[in-house]
Amino acid sequence: MESAFEIMKFKKEQIEHVAKLARFGLSDKEKRRFQKELSAILDFVEKLKQAKTEKVEPIAQITGLENVSRPDRGRAKTKQERKKLLDLVPQTKDGYVKVKAVL
Amino acid sequence: MNLNKLTIKKAHQGLLKKKFSAVELTEAVLNQIKRRDKDIHAYLFLTEELSLSQAKRIDKKIANKEKIGLLAGIPMAVKDIILIEGIRCTAGSKILENYIAPYDATVIKKLKQAGAIIVGKTNLDEFGMGSSTENSAFGPTKNPHDLERVPGGSSGGSAAALASDQCIYALGADTGGSIRQPASLCGIVGLKPTYGRISRYGLIAFASSLDQIGPMARKVEDVQIVFELIKGKDGMDSTSLNPPLEKTKVKFQIKDLKIGLPKEYFIKGIDPAVEKTIRRAISQYEKMGAQVMEVSLPHTEYALAAYYIIQPAEASANLARYDGIKYGLSKKASDLLGVYLQTRQHGFGDEVRRRIMLGTYTLSAGYYEAYYLKAQKVRTLIKEDFIKAFEKVDVLMTPVTPTLAFKLGEKIDDPVAMYLSDIYTASLNLAGLPGISIPCGQVGKLPVGLQIIGQQFDDEKILKIAQEYEDRSV
Repeated sequence: MESAFEIMKFKKEQIEHVAKLARFGLSDKEKRRFQKELSAILDFVEKLKQAKTEKVEPIAQITGLENVSRPDRGRAKTKQERKKLLDLVPQTKDGYVKVKAVL
Repeated sequence: MNLNKLTIKKAHQGLLKKKFSAVELTEAVLNQIKRRDKDIHAYLFLTEELSLSQAKRIDKKIANKEKIGLLAGIPMAVKDIILIEGIRCTAGSKILENYIAPYDATVIKKLKQAGAIIVGKTNLDEFGMGSSTENSAFGPTKNPHDLERVPGGSSGGSAAALASDQCIYALGADTGGSIRQPASLCGIVGLKPTYGRISRYGLIAFASSLDQIGPMARKVEDVQIVFELIKGKDGMDSTSLNPPLEKTKVKFQIKDLKIGLPKEYFIKGIDPAVEKTIRRAISQYEKMGAQVMEVSLPHTEYALAAYYIIQPAEASANLARYDGIKYGLSKKASDLLGVYLQTRQHGFGDEVRRRIMLGTYTLSAGYYEAYYLKAQKVRTLIKEDFIKAFEKVDVLMTPVTPTLAFKLGEKIDDPVAMYLSDIYTASLNLAGLPGISIPCGQVGKLPVGLQIIGQQFDDEKILKIAQEYEDRSV
């Protein structure tokens, strides 16, 4: 049992890996704190492993809806709607969202 | 007469009989906010101008003898995670501090059409993540019954505003207990409807398979009136739906009612004074002729663990959109990755980052099956537990939360202790069930809430059962 818990506990490299996946910057102090807190939370959810779930189907949609669809038609935005959305964008150029070069 | 304390129906009658105007009613609420809210901090900001212009419009209608609906001219508050066109919507986060909503949520559209008066946006834990409102980036809300204690969360602002008569009714949102737990700790009524009964278009997404908007008020009748107006299928939310007709036509008498008490909910960990208050309330139903029996929900012990896998996983996906590019906070950096890292490090608070990290981890390669898939299977078991219990009884009654309102700061450094606040509420979100919290007594000056749980689509039924209790306890 002891070893199973050890495996689950977050290591520093794991914290760094997950933070990178989640696109967070983290200070060293934050890394140590998150390591401790997330390990405690993982210990808590560890209980789940005891539940017997062979032959149990996972929930897909809780009220049983399936394949809710609508006609695939877009709606042109009005000028005012466009303006409202573009006003929220940190940086724009010629009515487009400006993004830093990816490559 | 304190206009700000009125029920919806009483306020409506007063408006019709011209005892007071909608502007006077709105001013009464705004004045109460100015008197009380510097101590409580239920509101993040007011929409005074909007509310007074809405009120004037209603007064004009009344003067012209136009017909007005029940909610016309009645001042209300909105949890600051629901969009109102042209008004800020922060979700309690620095990352959306200056975000101006570009459109109305469906619930807001319906309320505006009904002539509702929106007085302000209420405080919340950042993105709804918390059980105390202490995770708001803009400072905590205090419990009006004891200013050293939390109001609960995440809809703590709405609950505290109601408990201090700073609005007539309010909207909240509930992902794992965020309407019911603060309702319980503040001594007001809060309904978490069946998943899908109210459109979530314009609700900032947290955990999409669990999130539900719901009404909060001081009386069951008021909650029922608001629910009636805002419910219904909406083309803009593909998970919304209308129930089978026979479900909404509620015909029963309390004396024919079978009430189940899940034995797993009355165990060690619950404050004995809370349990005593809950049992006394349930005995009231017994006196009205209902039959009370013990039932079992055997997978209860796994519910909160499943919830704390599914909810952060969905949150990590939903909150990926806050990237500093399209809207919200945007930190300067030399390259694109730097913009992401800086924006998200400084824009999100600790609890939000904890949950995004946890969700990212459990969804990452090699862990998905052990955590997320496993949790979704456990979710099936939890749903089946409820179905089996409802073969024996009509409704379930439980505490809303195991303790009374706790002190500010008491649990903030211990995430797991904070999570236990949701132990009786999160199962309902996992199973898609409706639940209502109604005030059922106090321990000292602190309120206790009774949770009534129905089957999916039994929203009208649990409202009626709650109403019967309220009618007899006044």
